[in-house]
Amino acid sequence: MIRVRITYTKKGWLKYTSNLDIQKLWERAIRRARLPLAYSQGYHPKPKMNLAAPLPLGFTSSAELIDIWFTEDIAPAEIQQRLAGMFPAGIEIQKVEQVDLSGPSLQSIVTAGEYHIELKIDLPINELENRVAAVLQSENLPRTRRNKPYDLRPLIEELHVIDKNHLAGRLTMLPKATGRPEEVLEVLQIDPNDARIELTALILAE
Amino acid sequence: MLTNHQIAERLERILLTVQKPGRYVGGEINQVVKDWDSVETRIALAFPDIYDIGLSNLGLAIFYEDLNARTDVLAERTYAPWTDMEAAMREAEIPLYTLESKHALADFDILAFTLPYESIYTNALNMLDLAGLPLFTKDRDETHPLVIAGGHAALNPEPMHAFIDAFAVGEGEAIFGEIVDAYQAWKKSVQDRPALLHQLAQIPGIYIPSFYETTYNADGTIDTFTPTQPDAPAAIQKRIVGKLPPPPTRPIVPSINTVQNRVAVEIMRGCARGCRFCHAGMVNRPVRERPVEEILRAITTSLENSGFEEVALLSLSSSDYTHILDLIRQISEQYKDENLRISLPSLRIESLSIDLFEMLRGQGSGGFTLAPEAATEHMRNIINKPIQTRQLLDVAGEIYSRGWTTIKLYFMIGHPSETLEDVHAIADLCKQVISEGRKAMGRKSKLNVGVSTFVPKPHTPFQWVSCDTVEQMREKQHYLRDALKVPGIKFNWSNPNETIFEAMLSRGDRRTADAIYHAWQHGAKFDSWREYFNHQTWQSAFAEYGLTSEFFTNRERSLDEHLPWDHIHTGVHKSYLAEEYNRSQSGTLTTYCREQCHACGILRDYRDLRAQYPGEDWKCPEVRSIVTDQTVSVQVEAAQ
Repeated sequence: MIRVRITYTKKGWLKYTSNLDIQKLWERAIRRARLPLAYSQGYHPKPKMNLAAPLPLGFTSSAELIDIWFTEDIAPAEIQQRLAGMFPAGIEIQKVEQVDLSGPSLQSIVTAGEYHIELKIDLPINELENRVAAVLQSENLPRTRRNKPYDLRPLIEELHVIDKNHLAGRLTMLPKATGRPEEVLEVLQIDPNDARIELTALILAE
Repeated sequence: MLTNHQIAERLERILLTVQKPGRYVGGEINQVVKDWDSVETRIALAFPDIYDIGLSNLGLAIFYEDLNARTDVLAERTYAPWTDMEAAMREAEIPLYTLESKHALADFDILAFTLPYESIYTNALNMLDLAGLPLFTKDRDETHPLVIAGGHAALNPEPMHAFIDAFAVGEGEAIFGEIVDAYQAWKKSVQDRPALLHQLAQIPGIYIPSFYETTYNADGTIDTFTPTQPDAPAAIQKRIVGKLPPPPTRPIVPSINTVQNRVAVEIMRGCARGCRFCHAGMVNRPVRERPVEEILRAITTSLENSGFEEVALLSLSSSDYTHILDLIRQISEQYKDENLRISLPSLRIESLSIDLFEMLRGQGSGGFTLAPEAATEHMRNIINKPIQTRQLLDVAGEIYSRGWTTIKLYFMIGHPSETLEDVHAIADLCKQVISEGRKAMGRKSKLNVGVSTFVPKPHTPFQWVSCDTVEQMREKQHYLRDALKVPGIKFNWSNPNETIFEAMLSRGDRRTADAIYHAWQHGAKFDSWREYFNHQTWQSAFAEYGLTSEFFTNRERSLDEHLPWDHIHTGVHKSYLAEEYNRSQSGTLTTYCREQCHACGILRDYRDLRAQYPGEDWKCPEVRSIVTDQTVSVQVEAAQ
């Protein structure tokens, strides 16, 4: 048995495919590639695979992570090669690496996500910079999510303007403490519908 | 009209506001995207219900592969958007488009609808409207796509005659290529729309409804049906393939969850059993089988191309396929280590064997479906489905004792000459079946009973009979509901108003088209979805044109009445249907036609084709064409 960690993209129209359905795409790609996927024991065996973090519908990603278990030792390079071309357009495999079989689950070691945001509206660059500066200087940003009050400010680890149509940032992604890019856009007084959001990296605990 | 890039741009702004946006974007594994400008003819294949249901339609899958195999053609897909998406599209002024390239339907040369059942008609109208196209054939010209249709419901084309330019009667594989060729020839000749219709009318199996005229008697029945154009044939003969071509092997793998996710291979077309109520059984004759090796090859390639975890062996009666045991044995052997599920819909009680059970065992599915349809010998003789109660109970016992916990039984009420005794017997039989389950596995055993109401269909021996009234249906359903309040049994029945609606349209004439248009204008769509079907809308639509549902549903026709679909010939002759109707009246059975040919008409109409494709695959008796004095005479050899 081996466990591999795969970095892949989720782009294009696939951004309208849910995480559950993405798992199904993985199962089928592995079947087509005739790779020896491991299954859980029990009456309804389930494929052994774990996604790192659910990507909200509508976001693209250049840094999705999934852990998959195979029943036989296969070189990561061969896995990558055999999976090529088995997915719909939008999923491309960037990296396959073997990880410790008994290591912690992916979900439990994700600490933050880095995002790239493209704005489909034109704001003067100094206006955009002023708004970002105001957000970063604020002590707290009280908001409510599902009727529960929380502070968005400590969840924003980094935020900066690239040019008048592009922002980048890093948001905390921990259980019960996840910053969402569309909420950051709201405090910047930008309609999230006017933006395209892409996850560019998942930060894992050492 | 918006360009495909503008449509894609606008979609990005609405897709996150609707449920399951993955329905509307395409991009799946095995979709075919060709360079728009590299082909001569562009075809949009339309399924008038949502993506989730339409994706698994086998007919469209066949055309998609066949047409895209031509270098001069591209074929793309379009489905009916669900109501939330429709509203968002209308609001954002996005016309209906195809999933592959996002081109508006209006940009295509041919728009081809499949019409598998009647309750899909208003969706077809809605799709034309969303595409920004005129709904009526009379309002379209050479600047619009040619709108064609085919499918089971289209075998009575009259209710949709006003909206469709040309109907393809019969099996699409046999005719679609010729439609494209005729279209291409017309386009090069730079003529008007009527010229195209005239060229199409020359193709056997094509029906151009605007080339005909109907007159009516005072009682509302048809007086005459006549061509108004000299080159329009008096009758249209169904087209068929002499040998089933190899099945499609690049199934589209949805990127979202849909109703059926599996490789589907049609192992046999047509059914030789001759159940008198069954539309599919009559209109899909003759029976043609695919060779085992061809099916196995198709399964292997399709699984390699898709990664699906289930394969369905489709036909109207899969256990009647001659080599069924051999086929399943070989599939199970080849895929024994791969968790492949094999599903066999439509099993026939009389051809189920212990061997078959053994092979299907451990397939992981909790249920097993059987369709006895009727519970008394009296009724089984009328409908010509002569199973024995003892046999059904034995089969049920075998199923439960092999670990299937649930059996689904399908029955029908409302067959002609039905008595209350026939209805009571359904409940008694169900109780006997569940007690087989109790014997085999105790209280774990379940029985789901589905009782639908018979709707008389065109081209069947029951095309003349009256359908039950709503009151009759309710009475029978009430009885069954009470009688089947038994632990372990779950009873489902169909809504009488939906049955009447289906019955109104299935034997509708040209005047029904007005009612369909009126109903659509008043909001009718997704009529096969319980939450959208509106009985009142349809009642007023019919009333608006002086049509009564009684005329179309609860009226016994005389055998010499001119029926609205008489000009469509399926190969099973009207005289044979009448003979079968008379036999049903006297409770006389007609045997399985593989054992004895009953001369239904197929061999007479398709004798040359049969002679061209001799051998085992076609289940009608062999014929030999003997050419003498430039006439072809045919000798029907004794059936095996």
